[in-house]
Amino acid sequence: MRGSQVIGYALKPYAQYVRSHLRQYTKETNRSNKTMWAHSSAPMAQKPRLVQLSSERFPQLTRGDFARVTDGDLQVFERLVPSRVLTEPDDIVGHNVDWSGTCRGDGKVLLRPKTTEEVSAILKYCNGRRLAVVPQGGNTGLVGGSVPVFDEVIISMSLMDKIISLDDISGVLVCQAGCVVDRINGALEPHGLMTPHILGSKGSCQIGGNISTNAGGLRMLRYGNLHGNVLGAEAVLPNGDVLDCLSTLRKDNTGYDLKQLLIGSEGTLGVVTAASILCPRIPAAISVALLGCDSFAQVLRTYDAAKRMLQEVLSAVEFMDRASMEVLQENLQLTCPLGAHGYYLLLETSGSNAAHDEDKLNSLLRYVMEEGIVGDGTVATEPSKVQSLWALRENLAVALRADGCVYKYDVTVPLSRFYDLVADTRERVGSNTTRVVGYGHLGESDIHMNVTCPQHDDDVFGALEPWVYDWVARCNG
Amino acid sequence: LCCVVDQESLLVSTMKVLVGVKRVVDYAVKIRIKGDKSAVETANVKMSMNPFCEIAVEEAIRLKEKKSAKEVIAVSIGPKQSVETIRTALAMGADRGIHVTTDMRTDQEVQPLAIAKVFAKLIEEEKPDLVILGKQSIDDDSNQTGQMLAGLMDWPQATFANELTFGDDGTISVKREIDGGLQTVSASLPAVVTADLRLNQPRYATLPNIMKAKKKKVDSKALADMGVDVEPRFTVTEVSDPPTRQAGSVV
Repeated sequence: MRGSQVIGYALKPYAQYVRSHLRQYTKETNRSNKTMWAHSSAPMAQKPRLVQLSSERFPQLTRGDFARVTDGDLQVFERLVPSRVLTEPDDIVGHNVDWSGTCRGDGKVLLRPKTTEEVSAILKYCNGRRLAVVPQGGNTGLVGGSVPVFDEVIISMSLMDKIISLDDISGVLVCQAGCVVDRINGALEPHGLMTPHILGSKGSCQIGGNISTNAGGLRMLRYGNLHGNVLGAEAVLPNGDVLDCLSTLRKDNTGYDLKQLLIGSEGTLGVVTAASILCPRIPAAISVALLGCDSFAQVLRTYDAAKRMLQEVLSAVEFMDRASMEVLQENLQLTCPLGAHGYYLLLETSGSNAAHDEDKLNSLLRYVMEEGIVGDGTVATEPSKVQSLWALRENLAVALRADGCVYKYDVTVPLSRFYDLVADTRERVGSNTTRVVGYGHLGESDIHMNVTCPQHDDDVFGALEPWVYDWVARCNG
Repeated sequence: LCCVVDQESLLVSTMKVLVGVKRVVDYAVKIRIKGDKSAVETANVKMSMNPFCEIAVEEAIRLKEKKSAKEVIAVSIGPKQSVETIRTALAMGADRGIHVTTDMRTDQEVQPLAIAKVFAKLIEEEKPDLVILGKQSIDDDSNQTGQMLAGLMDWPQATFANELTFGDDGTISVKREIDGGLQTVSASLPAVVTADLRLNQPRYATLPNIMKAKKKKVDSKALADMGVDVEPRFTVTEVSDPPTRQAGSVV
């Protein structure tokens, strides 16, 4: 070790990502291990902690053979995006650090285009000059993908926040990539529509970023992922060409479905500038149940009962453990409505008829209580209570961040072993850490394991990696 | 107040607490005004218990748990769906409910003075030692019912309660939130207390209690049959959205 600290990240996949990111001009489609956006609520007031530069933290990464920004370049940028070129360090520092405060780049310029044409002009110029760029949406990602690694030019999509059109009948929304998901939902709400995906970072995350990372979210169980819901996309390729795949048709088999490559390409194939999304109707009735179980086997039995008895109205199944409730209480003073149980399940139903859904939910609750597979639970049908129960799940990333240093692992494992990773990790490093927490989308067998320490700990990190990956690989996760 | 000392010298209370619970538009819902600007749109809108009433219920339940109270009765005045609001109070731990039915608009037509008079009538029948109400409801924001009720009954009132404690001598001590900070008052019972935000954090109704609540008794009576003058004393002439915010300008 050369005295530089190594952050608690999935270093191997991160390095792969960084390499592919820097190679965008050679159009390599080598993508990193997929990592989904984790969930956190509240506006991302970016507090730029003075974090170590990624270029120092990862000495094995070498800056590609790219040009550096000169005054001449700045003058051109000023011409391309007048008065939307930021170079003051104070203005840029927030854009150089990611939300979790673990990656800091050294970008010197931030550009804020408003139109696709401006993005095209920027990329064409940068391509010609061999200047590396990083597209940035809401900067809410947790894997360091939204900030520069070295001194890339940051292209912020935030000003491209226009809603272009909305068709009430088909539910197709066309908007620019910089639209914040919460605001999109605000605009859709009077029409009785909503985005097909929702995440805890909805107050700040942008649709372009969601598409580029193929964000899953909390309603994926019911509405599917973006590969199915994005009907069309417009992107600017690295050489400045505009790729217009902005179809609004639900069924469109003309030519190659190029937009599918863009979805999840993490900004390595092009900058998404606009998209058309299929938006479902806001359910007439949403109910949430929070259930407490005392063994993971009971959790699985409850999940099974929920699938059987709720069937078509089940729209989300989220899991949290005792440690999750503890971190919410300690760091955010959010109280768990139920007593202490080992495991918690958050079930959401969405339907067109409140009475029908309540019937189904009540039958389920009666069943699980009588069978004794649920120790305690609470149900909410009023929007305010539904929101406060969801807030428990959505605020976990925020609560964990307050612990200091968070090692995040977002992995998919066979359902029967869903919690074993957390239990095994707790046994392995628990005594040297603040806490080991497991929560996630039980419905997709996707667990977010988080290990926190007050600050980075080489021993803990060494014990975690590559052990966690080996563990996951061993069970074919 | 009637306190009975039992064999083990434990003070066992027989105190009855009456709590008002109002069914209002859920605070997470975006309010829309009716086309004719006569009122807020409530058709097909999600309703729930007024947050301050929830806090009042929670306080009453805590009194029961502390053995300061024996029985908690939840009262609601409103349409037939108000019984769901009473059920929520029962699921939180109230013992029984009284539903005074009316089809008058509870956010405009049934006004605080009328509500106070209804409560006064109920107090005659139930003879509670303590009435806890929310400080105001989030639909009309009147903040008058508790005060008017105390006036009608000639009872002491402790409004904007932040903390409620019982003295051994059958008095209550209430910390009140006032502009200058906190003020502590003490009052003899019976009294009216209105709950403010920081009095407590209401519990969620949990499953076993939700099931039990279905079996608890709710008495129903029509407002018209109560022999109380509920004529509105003022009429609402117009309800409109606040003007849209203009962009600020740098001075």
